[in-house]
Amino acid sequence: MSMFEWFRRKGSAPVARERLQILLAYERTARGQSDLLATLREEILALVARYVSVDYDNVQIKMDRGDTVSTLEIDIEIPNSKGLLVAGA
Amino acid sequence: MAKVVVVTSGKGGVGKTTSTAALGTALAQGGQTAVVVDFDVGLRNLDLVMGAERRVVFDLINVIQGVAKLPQALIRDKRIDKLWLLPASQTRDKDALTEQGVGNVIRELRTRFDWVICDSPAGIERGATLAMRFADSAIIVTNPEVSSVRDSDRIIGLLDSKTEKAEKGERIEKHILISRYDAPRAARGEMMSIEDVLGILSTPLLGIIPESEEILRASNLGSPITVSNPLSAPARAYVAAARRLRGENVPMAIPSDKKRLLDKLFGRRAA
Repeated sequence: MSMFEWFRRKGSAPVARERLQILLAYERTARGQSDLLATLREEILALVARYVSVDYDNVQIKMDRGDTVSTLEIDIEIPNSKGLLVAGA
Repeated sequence: MAKVVVVTSGKGGVGKTTSTAALGTALAQGGQTAVVVDFDVGLRNLDLVMGAERRVVFDLINVIQGVAKLPQALIRDKRIDKLWLLPASQTRDKDALTEQGVGNVIRELRTRFDWVICDSPAGIERGATLAMRFADSAIIVTNPEVSSVRDSDRIIGLLDSKTEKAEKGERIEKHILISRYDAPRAARGEMMSIEDVLGILSTPLLGIIPESEEILRASNLGSPITVSNPLSAPARAYVAAARRLRGENVPMAIPSDKKRLLDKLFGRRAA
């Protein structure tokens, strides 16, 4: 590092503080949600699996918290029609 | 009235055991009875830092399982009159800790001591949650460094939800103890300042322990810092923190060791 760069280099502490503020703001709202998501995922998959065979690796569940509205997005990939079970079979 | 304090952090290596030993010792040196309890089952180290590793006969797990009575497992410090140690087991794992068992031991310790200082293991698993479970107050040891601050925030969340006090709708008292603080680096903007850390965690400060070579020397000797070198900067910081824990109003300061001229000339760091 040249002397010029050394003098120009600013402290990294403000960067640390800012990164933490952003990260923790997110993590604090996410707290407690992970359990809810796991329960939802399990129950919904159990329900769907009664009718359709589901590949558990191809399931995406997302929750987005807005100020007025929150959305729950469930994306279940179902293999082609062979996967469908005939009711009562 | 006895007070149960958990020393916790989430992250490992930030100074929980050192702080437990130093604060327990400082409280006993101040004239109150104190017991330091190691909850790091399987990886005990408080015995070593306290210099009592060759005197352990029974441990916390033995007491929980009824193999030994509490007084048989308590080790009296040879240097400080009112100081005791309850070691963890080295051969068992954390599953041997039961909530009921820990509750019974803590209840009995409350009747015998003014201060019960619980040294939590790192992490957020069973050992850590049981160490905080019955505490009246918590000391969160934090280094001014991103991963430590993040883990402290997580631990604060657990203290506010998973402790007995929190579940009863009461508030658990929380304090931040900043350790390994390097004031010159913070002044140069190379390390987060005290204000940065407290602003992020919005929890009151118990003390600031400066980075110091004396800490390693103390653990080498098996002698808590307030005994091995009571005049050193970290020892003075721990004594002040212990007094604040007792409710005294001690102005916040960052003790430092005076640099000798030769050290300064050769750029060696004394503090």
